[in-house]
Amino acid sequence: MNGVHDMGGMHGFGPMERERDEPVFHYRWEARTFALRQACGALGKWNIDMARHANERIPPAEYLAATYYERWLAGLERLLLESGVLAQSELATGRSAGPAPAGLVAFPPEKVEKAVRAGRNYRVDTPIAAGFAAGAHVIARNINPTGATRLPRYVRGKRGTVDRDHGVFIFPDTNAAGQGQKPQHLYSVQFSARELWGVEPASKDRVYLDLWEDYLEHA
Amino acid sequence: MSKHHHDHDEGSRFSDVELRVRALESLLVEKGLVNPETLDKLIDTFETKLGPRNGARVVARAWVDPDYRQRLREDASAAIAELGYSGMQGEHMVVVENMPQVHNLVICTLCSCYPWPVLGLPPVWYKSNAYRARAVADPRSVLKEFGVKLSEEVEVRVWDSTSEVRYLVLPERPDGTQGMNEEELAALVTRDSMIGTAKL
Repeated sequence: MNGVHDMGGMHGFGPMERERDEPVFHYRWEARTFALRQACGALGKWNIDMARHANERIPPAEYLAATYYERWLAGLERLLLESGVLAQSELATGRSAGPAPAGLVAFPPEKVEKAVRAGRNYRVDTPIAAGFAAGAHVIARNINPTGATRLPRYVRGKRGTVDRDHGVFIFPDTNAAGQGQKPQHLYSVQFSARELWGVEPASKDRVYLDLWEDYLEHA
Repeated sequence: MSKHHHDHDEGSRFSDVELRVRALESLLVEKGLVNPETLDKLIDTFETKLGPRNGARVVARAWVDPDYRQRLREDASAAIAELGYSGMQGEHMVVVENMPQVHNLVICTLCSCYPWPVLGLPPVWYKSNAYRARAVADPRSVLKEFGVKLSEEVEVRVWDSTSEVRYLVLPERPDGTQGMNEEELAALVTRDSMIGTAKL
């Protein structure tokens, strides 16, 4: 979706605010929110692309007004409601209105370390032919999907060169919509800064993005 | 009177968002969907086990061991796992090397993608609207704000983390460190140098 989360190239946000010896979390509620996201994600009711898209669907004015972990909290509430894990009345009152959906089990503390270390595998071991080889000249398609996409606006319609093939990966656009993994090749594609941003950048500067097969066409 | 006082204290101690999170946690615990000890364990893991010291050890090893550096180039996830670092948000790693004529900068314009096993959770500035918006279009002004000035001759490569691939910058080994061992070298490596917003 052409949401406010797609920030690449926007102006007006001011300087970076840096903090010396920054803590991992500034407030306990941030830590609890982060951990709740992970623990609820382990219930298996949504995937990583659905989780990202929940944050992206926060209305633009709210998204910009929120801090980082406030976005995570709003996204989590949305995921819990949409997946049927919690009812709206429960979220509003903070009181349980009945048993949890069958089959959902709290993630046990003794499995945390192993799960964090193991991660997940987003590569798919399906032999699928690559449509592009390293060095191929490509154009990022000018598409404007209303659902989740990892094709930022700033690169659409621009010409680049395939730098490397990362292999076959889950396709976020369909995965976020619950329409399957649609495995396909993922490429690192190099664009000249001037192709993306006009004549002002230094001529040698480059931007690399990871783009899926469905985002690309031959130049 | 004392009751009133108590309420007033509570009111000033907890913000709205804090109350919202506490209510959500207690609801999920009541329904058997979340174990609070799991949350404690997760927080402890991210506060104490993961962080840029992990990435610094990868960098130092690459500086002293050319075979290791080559393995990092060929399969960074496997080479990083050799040192014991792997997992969430670092499943598919790529290491990009700084060179005299090449400077790499890692960003995420769409959200906050960052290599957790080697750098931990990202600093606030990395997740900020300002960095997400500016670094991709005007990396040199961002780098200047961080105190990094590069000549026009240096090629800036910006890596926008749009997929599940995570990027780690391998900074150049500073001059005058020939006599240092791996541990001493790791101590020189900063978080920002592995994102690309600092040079060593």
